[in-house]
Amino acid sequence: MKLKSLVSCSLVALAAFSAPAHAQVEIQWWHAMGGALGEWVNDLAKGFNESQKQYKVTPTFKGSYPETLTAGIAAFRAGNQPDILQVFEVGTATMMASKGAIVPVGKVMKDSGLKFDPAAYVPAVAGYYTAPNGQMLSMPFNSSTTIFYYNKDAFKAAGLDPNKPPVTWAEVALAAAKLKAAGQKCPFTTSWISWTQLESFSAWHNVEFATKGNGMNGSDARLAFNTPLHVRHIQDLENMAKQGLFVYKGRENKADVTFPSGECAMITASAGLLGAIKKNAKFDFGVAPLPYYQDVAGAPQNTVIGGASLWVMAGKPADHYKGVASFFNYLSSPEVQSASHKRTGYLPITTAAFKLTEQSGYYKENPGADVAVNQMIRKTTDKSRGIRLGNFLQIRTIIDEELEQVWAGKKSSKDALDEAVKRGNEQLERFQAANKS
Amino acid sequence: MAAEKRVVFRSAWLPWVLIGPQAAVILVFFFWPAVETVLQSMQRQDAFGTSTEWVGFANFAQLFADPSYLASFKTTAIFSVLVAVVGIVLSLLLAVFADRVIRAAVVYKTLLIWPYAVAPAVAGVLWLFMFAPSVGVVSYALRQAGIEWNALLDSGQAMALIVMAAVWNQISYNFLFFLAGLQSIPKSLIEAAAIDGAGPWRRFWTIVFPLLSPTGFFLLVINIIYAFFGTFGIIDAATEGGPGKETAVLVYKLYYDGFKALDLGGSAAQSVVLMAIVMTLTFIQFRFIENKVNY
Repeated sequence: MKLKSLVSCSLVALAAFSAPAHAQVEIQWWHAMGGALGEWVNDLAKGFNESQKQYKVTPTFKGSYPETLTAGIAAFRAGNQPDILQVFEVGTATMMASKGAIVPVGKVMKDSGLKFDPAAYVPAVAGYYTAPNGQMLSMPFNSSTTIFYYNKDAFKAAGLDPNKPPVTWAEVALAAAKLKAAGQKCPFTTSWISWTQLESFSAWHNVEFATKGNGMNGSDARLAFNTPLHVRHIQDLENMAKQGLFVYKGRENKADVTFPSGECAMITASAGLLGAIKKNAKFDFGVAPLPYYQDVAGAPQNTVIGGASLWVMAGKPADHYKGVASFFNYLSSPEVQSASHKRTGYLPITTAAFKLTEQSGYYKENPGADVAVNQMIRKTTDKSRGIRLGNFLQIRTIIDEELEQVWAGKKSSKDALDEAVKRGNEQLERFQAANKS
Repeated sequence: MAAEKRVVFRSAWLPWVLIGPQAAVILVFFFWPAVETVLQSMQRQDAFGTSTEWVGFANFAQLFADPSYLASFKTTAIFSVLVAVVGIVLSLLLAVFADRVIRAAVVYKTLLIWPYAVAPAVAGVLWLFMFAPSVGVVSYALRQAGIEWNALLDSGQAMALIVMAAVWNQISYNFLFFLAGLQSIPKSLIEAAAIDGAGPWRRFWTIVFPLLSPTGFFLLVINIIYAFFGTFGIIDAATEGGPGKETAVLVYKLYYDGFKALDLGGSAAQSVVLMAIVMTLTFIQFRFIENKVNY
């Protein structure tokens, strides 16, 4: 200890003499976390900066997820890339394909000499960011999944048992009909329609969303979400839409606000919505696992993750990578993880952090906070490990476009899904051609 | 005209030096990017630009093989004509009225110019809020009036929404030019016509309107260009091109492919197509409409 402080003292002194302006190595971290989540990111950097003196992490907010990715890419092209870039799950395949632009996290950690055990991370989370050869490519950061929220007060008013949320989709339709009869204008809605109703839906029922293990095992994967099971589900939603039981509220997370406001009584959305609901809902609400079809063998399996991970950009000096490694080490510690999980509702990314949270009695005090975790901490299958596809952003938009035709009554569920698969596959072919090497 | 005296530079290099700065600005900010775009439209790159491949016209072939791209030409035509016509007619009306206002004219004019200070994306969000199916003020009023407003799934309503937002955002610009045009019309002409017994309507059609035609023509060109290039922010905020692809005009798809989907080659190819269309349109406008304009 003495020796260590002596060394660091002399190092500091040396640094002070040679380059007074660069006493510390500054690590640039570009992220997409605005508002309350932005404060969380700043607190993480502050915590790390106060824990040691060698490195200083500087977080910079760069706008929405796509904007942050675009900013990172533009900066890389101009040679001014940050050390760490936060990229949402949809951009994962793009990042993985850009081999010259990133340094795999597994390599960064190994080179730094710090203790690093990929097995410590929750499989459904870490597996998503791991290459087929087993190397971890990016650091899981804010991971969420899809869960089901319902308004207990509205359930009571409709004569439903507020402590018995619907477990199957048939029960969702029945509950929606009762809610509607009791005067609820929007019984059920959903955010992130592709993520909740097709991607997580597939993993939850242990069927493929795309071939090749949902694209995890090769870029020649093709979409497969037009099976009879998928068509059946979209058809059920279509029927609900016709009866006014399911109300479409827009793309992405536009539907999010309709739940805490009381307008919609049931919603499937990100686990990350929990914080906003807690803060804004003026009614008693419940959290439940995603509904499923009981007659499907293997269901429920696990749901797929969303959120973002941290990528290390290439072309930086060696001491920067050491700093990045020690920052990631700090982020992965069970205490930091557990605190983040409680603060944001995002999933703990290590099993140790989950256990620590459990031991602290948090889940007992906050019923519902463990729903997302329980959906994810399971042994995954090849069909449920995650979905990693090139041009995924476009594919999600195509799904939005085709499904909107269904809700508007212009296309049948089968035609829309077939067309989405066909158009999506063109995107996959295009991505494959652009990233051959 | 024949007596006009022409000034000629005797020096060989002085004229070049004098136009140099202007030429440099045009080269750097217009020609260079345009050439880059054309080059990029024939390449296929990964997002980070670590690998570049020349693909010739493959990006173009892909575009024109896509039925949704072809469909968006029709959407763009409808959208642009609506934005230009509605925008110009409304602002002309407002300018004619503003020109007649005597009391508090400054306040009235200032208020009309305000919307121009609003960024397109903000305009999109503003209109989106007013017309949001569940929480919007206007959609609430429409519901009270018995009209089911849901721009999320009704394509006609979605188109109406973005046209309104785009027109509103551009109306101040049009208004300013019309007002300036109106004020430059000699009062004596109008008074003379009035003395001859021409009513307000006839005075407008036979004197004011023809004299305003250069302004109107200029605004037609500008508004078409605006509808083609300047409206992606509004569409992104208000409809994201939906429902389906019903409001995905050409420039929105270009913006989406380039800045969200990071497909630079495909997006550059679309820029080239769009550039060609606007050049052709502007040429047609100058060739066939301009000779109906009185200067």
